[in-house]
Amino acid sequence: MREVNVEQITRTVAGLCMEANYFLGDDMLAALEKAVAAEESPTGRTILEQLQENATIAATDRVPICQDTGLAVIFLELGQDLHIIGGDLETAINEGVRQGYEEGYLRKSSCHPFTRKNIGDNTPAIVPCRIVPGEQLKITIAPKGGRSENMSKVVMLKPADGIAGIKKQVVEWVEQAGGNPCPPTIIGVGIGGTFERAALLAKESLLREVGNRNPDPELDQLEKELLEEINNLGIGPQGLGGRVTSFAVHVKMLPCHIASLPLAINIQCHAARHKEAVL
Amino acid sequence: MENIIRLQPPLKDEQIKVLKTGDQVLISGTIYTGRDAAHKRLVDLLDKGEKLPIPLDGQVIYFVGPAPAKPGNAIGSAGPTTSYRMDPYSPRLLAEGLKGMIGKGGRSPEVKAAIKKYHGIYFAAVGGAGALLAQRIKKAEIVAYEDLGPEAIRRLEVEDFPVVVVNDIYGNDLYEQGVAAYRRN
Repeated sequence: MREVNVEQITRTVAGLCMEANYFLGDDMLAALEKAVAAEESPTGRTILEQLQENATIAATDRVPICQDTGLAVIFLELGQDLHIIGGDLETAINEGVRQGYEEGYLRKSSCHPFTRKNIGDNTPAIVPCRIVPGEQLKITIAPKGGRSENMSKVVMLKPADGIAGIKKQVVEWVEQAGGNPCPPTIIGVGIGGTFERAALLAKESLLREVGNRNPDPELDQLEKELLEEINNLGIGPQGLGGRVTSFAVHVKMLPCHIASLPLAINIQCHAARHKEAVL
Repeated sequence: MENIIRLQPPLKDEQIKVLKTGDQVLISGTIYTGRDAAHKRLVDLLDKGEKLPIPLDGQVIYFVGPAPAKPGNAIGSAGPTTSYRMDPYSPRLLAEGLKGMIGKGGRSPEVKAAIKKYHGIYFAAVGGAGALLAQRIKKAEIVAYEDLGPEAIRRLEVEDFPVVVVNDIYGNDLYEQGVAAYRRN
């Protein structure tokens, strides 16, 4: 059985925390380029150009793209034939977050819900984990800022609401969120499963690269229609008016209970950060 | 490219009067930082009739809680935070002479009314452009409430700090008018 030491996991997580916060992905850089060309509002174009310049400065100077370096959401795909040695996985992940946020001059944002006292090291990380075949560990970090996360929700629709009901909910919700989640955004939509699975589906959908199409033709079509309706809202970059409100809509779907139609909407700001490593 | 207006605080009524919703502005000179916790303390001092740790007359407050500074940098990434949390306090500060506010997101009717009444101005900086905005901050010094950490009041020296006018003294609001202009049904 293959073995991985927790120390290696900790250092990998620390590195990913920094990398994700300094370097915007190529998919997002391409999306910004496309948005500058598509945007009709002069204010909107200026904002998009500032975001391009911002990404360049962040990468060159190795400073965070945004001061809100997020809570550390870390997706694991743990091979069932991999043996973790030297300690426990969760402690190793949290230690990696602690080291990465300290060494990387990243803002620590986790706090006590009542007293609001800062925990001081940005832990605990949020760690959804799937056990998969094989003997590798895939770690994907997706730091999530507060404001766009606040503009998210789960709603248990009636089965009769159907696709039309889903579309109405998503578009109305994005309209209500307006400039708050720092548009242009990516809209993550989770349909089906249970209450909590729908939320996780929505979050997982945000990991897909912008520009990659949904492999399911029905969902691909739904994404296209939703994006068009959302961009017709006129919210635009930063909510100051324009044609580009969202870069993309990403939908993930699972079967649900015959009595249910769970829908989750998780909004991602333009600082759509995620980096992965395989051990 | 539209005309870009250059401003250096302290701001005077004549400078505020010509600003219109949608104007691109570059600010240079001294501005102050403050988030809700610092705002609360300032208003508490005013209520008690005590002296404030910073001047308000004609000044500009930037709503920001920066990331830690790397060695050699004046400040860490420093994009705007959402302004509505300052809404309960801003009218009072405007009444005491504050002129400009920089943040992101819409303001309450009370703040908009105070902007008209006291001739203030509300600018938006680009949320999430923290690295770019930090580069335009040449100096940062904590001047009050160090115990608040990222929320302490800092005096910043900025150069060509890019903002856009959202609420002017004529009652215009770019969040409302901008969206209406680009909406398609």
